[in-house]
Amino acid sequence: MDELIAKLKTQIIEQLNLEGVSPDDISPDDQLFGEGLGLDSIDALELIVLLEKNYGIKIENPAEGKKIFATIRSMAEYITSKGKA
Amino acid sequence: MRHKHCVSTKMKINITNYCSIHNNQIKLNGETLLVKEKQVPFNEFIKSTYDLNASPYMKFFKMDDLCKLAFLASEFLLKNKNLAEQYGSSTISLLFANTSSSLDTDINYYNTVKDFPSPSLFVYTLPNIMLGEISIRNKFKGENAFFVFEQFQADFLCNYATQLIAEKKAKAVIIGWVELLNDNQEAFLSLAEESENGTELIAENLERLYISNH
Repeated sequence: MDELIAKLKTQIIEQLNLEGVSPDDISPDDQLFGEGLGLDSIDALELIVLLEKNYGIKIENPAEGKKIFATIRSMAEYITSKGKA
Repeated sequence: MRHKHCVSTKMKINITNYCSIHNNQIKLNGETLLVKEKQVPFNEFIKSTYDLNASPYMKFFKMDDLCKLAFLASEFLLKNKNLAEQYGSSTISLLFANTSSSLDTDINYYNTVKDFPSPSLFVYTLPNIMLGEISIRNKFKGENAFFVFEQFQADFLCNYATQLIAEKKAKAVIIGWVELLNDNQEAFLSLAEESENGTELIAENLERLYISNH
């Protein structure tokens, strides 16, 4: 799980152009939206693309998104639950 | 080229500030602020200039190149100014134009379509997004417009800006020419407002400033 979390941090920084943010700046339990990393709705779409591109996972039910993309840990748990880690 | 006179008003509308970015050189009111070698890639030039001169704005690095260019020029143009506070948010207008619209980003976006279409590129496939980025940053809520011309149209821009002020739709207008395609990047922004200082907003002057900072 730790390895996947580290990989996700790097992929998110790259995919979302989070200039000046390093993997160490992000805690696995930081909220990605709102007061945490401060991501916006376009970033949410980019995270959906990231999951599909890098892990072959399609989010079929948009309602799940809020839970899946709450934190990096929740993303990693979702990827693991799909057997794609 | 012979210019027609702009819409006449009794007010004195002047260009009080202007800024240009071209060939890795930034000028403010005609004075060179920063120059980098021409071989320095655009992205590197923009990033290093932003890091050194602009106040932190996390969204900057998510913008496309056209927006970054316009945004950075606006940061220099409006440094130490707070137009929204001075005049009121809804009285600041933006009037921009260029030749290539958002074609540079359109091409970049199209290249992602074959694989995974990029949402963050898609949102920049309209040239007027740069007006939104500058407006959000500076809390401008006035009328704004974007035009695509073959070349810089001083007559048109001058008349439009003068009309906005004459009709009291705006107290200040930022007139911008921001062009970017492949290796050609240029931004020329000027601030027009009622003032005793600066250069009179007439087409000859606007064109002269554009050419001399080009």
